[in-house]
Amino acid sequence: MRDNLLVYKVDWLTIGLYLALVLGGWLNIYAADFDPDQNVGIFSLSMSSGRQIIWMGTSIMLITLIMLLDYKFYHTLSYILYGVMIFFLIAVLLFGEEVAGSKSWFELGAFKFQPSEFTKFATALALARFLSATNRKTDDLKSQVIGFLIFGFPLVLVILQGDLGTAMVFGSLILVMFREGMHPVILIAGIGIVALFLLTLLVNQTVLFIGLVVVMMLLIGLVAKNPRKIAMVVVGSVLAAGFIVSVDFILTDVLKPHQQKRVMSLINPNADPLGIGWNVTQSKIAIGSGGLTGKGYLEGTQTKFDFVPEQTTDFIFCTIGEEQGWIGSFLLIAAFCGLFLRLVFLAERQKSVFARIYGYGVMSILFFHFAVNIAMTIGLFPVIGIPLPFFSYGGSSLWGFTVLLFIFLKLDAHRMQVLQRL
Amino acid sequence: MSSRSIIIQAIILMTALVFSIRLFSIQVVNDDYKLAAQNNIVQKIVEYPYRGLVTDRNDNLIVYNTPVYDLMIVPKEVNLEDSAHICGLLEIDHESFITKYSKARKYSSILASKFIEQIPNEEFARIQDQLVDFPGFYVLPRTVRAYPENTLANALGYVREISRYQLNRDTSNYYKPGDYIGIKGIELQYEEILRGKRGLNYKLVDVQGVVKGSFNDGEYDTAAIPGQSIKLTVDSQLQQYAETLMEGKVGSIVALDPATGEILAYVSAPSYNPNLLSGRGLSTNYGTLQEDSLKPLFNRPIQAMYPPGSMFKTVQALIAMQEKVVGPYEKLMCDYSPMGDHAPLGLYDVDRAITLSSNTFLYKIFRRVILQEEDDNMYIDSRIGLEKWNNYIYEFGLGNALGVDLPGEKSGNIPTVRYYDRVYGANRWKFSNIYSLSIGQGEVQVTPLQMANLGALLANKGHYYTPHIVKEINGVTIAGAERKKVSIDTAYFEPVLQGMSNVVKGGTGFRARISDIEVCGKTSTVENPHGEDHSGFMAFAPRENPQISVAVYVENAGQGARAAAATAGLLIEKYIKGEITRPWMEAYVLRGDFSDPKPQKVVKKDTVSKDSTNSNEGQSTSL
Repeated sequence: MRDNLLVYKVDWLTIGLYLALVLGGWLNIYAADFDPDQNVGIFSLSMSSGRQIIWMGTSIMLITLIMLLDYKFYHTLSYILYGVMIFFLIAVLLFGEEVAGSKSWFELGAFKFQPSEFTKFATALALARFLSATNRKTDDLKSQVIGFLIFGFPLVLVILQGDLGTAMVFGSLILVMFREGMHPVILIAGIGIVALFLLTLLVNQTVLFIGLVVVMMLLIGLVAKNPRKIAMVVVGSVLAAGFIVSVDFILTDVLKPHQQKRVMSLINPNADPLGIGWNVTQSKIAIGSGGLTGKGYLEGTQTKFDFVPEQTTDFIFCTIGEEQGWIGSFLLIAAFCGLFLRLVFLAERQKSVFARIYGYGVMSILFFHFAVNIAMTIGLFPVIGIPLPFFSYGGSSLWGFTVLLFIFLKLDAHRMQVLQRL
Repeated sequence: MSSRSIIIQAIILMTALVFSIRLFSIQVVNDDYKLAAQNNIVQKIVEYPYRGLVTDRNDNLIVYNTPVYDLMIVPKEVNLEDSAHICGLLEIDHESFITKYSKARKYSSILASKFIEQIPNEEFARIQDQLVDFPGFYVLPRTVRAYPENTLANALGYVREISRYQLNRDTSNYYKPGDYIGIKGIELQYEEILRGKRGLNYKLVDVQGVVKGSFNDGEYDTAAIPGQSIKLTVDSQLQQYAETLMEGKVGSIVALDPATGEILAYVSAPSYNPNLLSGRGLSTNYGTLQEDSLKPLFNRPIQAMYPPGSMFKTVQALIAMQEKVVGPYEKLMCDYSPMGDHAPLGLYDVDRAITLSSNTFLYKIFRRVILQEEDDNMYIDSRIGLEKWNNYIYEFGLGNALGVDLPGEKSGNIPTVRYYDRVYGANRWKFSNIYSLSIGQGEVQVTPLQMANLGALLANKGHYYTPHIVKEINGVTIAGAERKKVSIDTAYFEPVLQGMSNVVKGGTGFRARISDIEVCGKTSTVENPHGEDHSGFMAFAPRENPQISVAVYVENAGQGARAAAATAGLLIEKYIKGEITRPWMEAYVLRGDFSDPKPQKVVKKDTVSKDSTNSNEGQSTSL
């Protein structure tokens, strides 16, 4: 009886988009793995697509479980879940397996398990619980600092694992802080730091300093009558200058060698097309060769002949780009875009602040994955290994994203049962 | 909905927009990626054509192809632990193995590059079986030139991999790095015929370079077309005999068939073994040959230029008769002035002047050709005369390249009015400045080929066919050589030919005398300011229905009567009779010592020359 009600209350549009992305991903995983010499079917367990069916099936079980549990359960357990995941993150640092330079995997028998994937939803829940507490004002400094700490703590732990890509995902929760009243300067400063970092790599330092001085002069001109703002601009500029100078230090001491190379290859992928620039170059070639309408399903030569690396996981978008062309790529982007806008819409209609904040957290994390993943395949961002949500091959990531999304859908389904708080 | 929410939605839409635009630019607008994708998966495999074969006029093989093997390396697949074994097998030291390996690796670790080039067939047979044990190595067969007879090197030229410089200058856009190209000689001249056409197969490959099938079902594949074969005009037997005669000497021999202009023999001495400039040793051998002080790479028959010496007297006499400044049988009194002379004092007509190689007679008739009193001014008169003379000379194929089908032919030098104007100033020279031309000395220079051609022209009594060395291409006779005629009446040839016949019968050319063949010839002793004179002889035979004309130059061998005349005589006999009836003459030439005249019955001329005074002009001693 209650289940029947849930079927009517749950947001089928989001579920539809979810299913479309998962199935689309599954078909493309097969295409990326496909070898014309060995005629192996899409269901074969020797193919990634065959194993992905297992992950898809178990995801349905997870969804069922999430839907069956009481919606209040997530609010109640958020801190506990967060604590457990933090514990796992520390444990993986001590006992984990090192894979490709990152110590972020547990090996449980035949299966590998990546706790950082599940820390994402736990952190989003904890942040939502903290910020939604009745007695907090999200624009006061103390709340903000604690908010930052909630996602800053796992971020640091994941950096320690050596997985910068996933760590940056936690940073995306800054978007939630912004929605909940954080001063926009912090968001702008955050984006500014990333932009300045990339500019430092791309542009000659002297030119950059001249540009900085020019921008500073313009800003001072704009706020000429306000000595306090002038002081702020000057301080900001000095900080920016200091940042530019310290980028060298960041490059050599903060980033790992393979990450340094990936950052450098963004600047000039042709400098060493067979070495560090290989991934980006081949990825762009595969996507670029797709043309307007693509080469057709299973007809992509670049992916079929293994020119694109990691083509079922981080570079799955290449398969779409090559085989479905611009039209297919555009439809995929539109689908993601639709999902994100729908999530914003759903979040905004929540009566519960907790659900709203969590909704934004879900959207931020998914959006960050999407933006960085696509940007790196088309050469707009350094290659950092994060998957395309729902699309890329992989159990941990599919489970993680599914849990993240469906907890929100469960909360959304029960939005009318929540008394207006605050 | 809060304004913050709208900003967030704007960020989402902006991102989607940026991605769509970026994708549109790399997928739809920019074609570079499509090309790069094709380059990724399509590997062009070149099929090199067989170069055309070269045979002599009797179908004896002169140039063929022999297989060699380029050892290719795919660095990624090489097991470096095997390196000691590989070094042992290939007989290279470990250091060069590492150098070659690193070089290949630097180029690409997954694409094949040449490890060792042009392994000869015998060596390949030795390593072939063991090579399969070493992953990352395979062989690509190629062919290089091989020469069964060590002969005709300078005429043939050679073949080597095209250089970067040549590639940059190639306007035909045919050549690619790694192609072979003809350098010098026939290989260069007939490059487009001999080379054939490269075949190209397009294969699909994966990232490891493993072939996955043909591209578009082989629609764009082309098969290699072998080069066409060439039949030379050269008579291999005569050629080899001529080369034997020139062994240990410096000089040239050219023999022509006067009836066609076909080159029967073509010797540049010293020569080299053409096999040296093929295959692996090419570069080192080329260096050695180039440093050789005797210049074996110098293509003497068409590039060496000598003063013609007394051979030129035949031409001068013909011009003078045609200009009607001397009658065919007109006698002139000749003493030893104004030129030094070996010929005795007396009355000379054309026949006798040629027989005894009279300098004085030639001086006199040349003076009449140049100074015909067309103008009162001696300078202007000389000018008019020389211009007239020049026009005749060019008809004899002198002063310009004959147009033989070999690259690098020199034109020789015939001084012109413009030349003397430049040297002396306009109208500041007259006959007395140029008279040494009369006996083929001074500024006039000719190639051995031009002299052989002069022999053919005299044999034909007034015409010749452009000399050529290729007879047939792929079994099809090439269009007949151009017939060129001089504007000299046939009648005027008689006294000249009679004189030449007498030269051989009883004059300086006696060493070319052959019983029952009437040989016409003329010796030249070519002035050489740097050392011993050059020995020259130009001849044809038989006088009626001539079959062969020959020019022989032997450098630093003294009088034309000795080395050159003897050599020419032997060649003529060999060609016409097929055998040598005068073994002592053959021995004389083979011995190669021409400083002492071989004791002979006919010594009259020598006595005369001993009597003669030294040249008063410090110029010419010309027999």
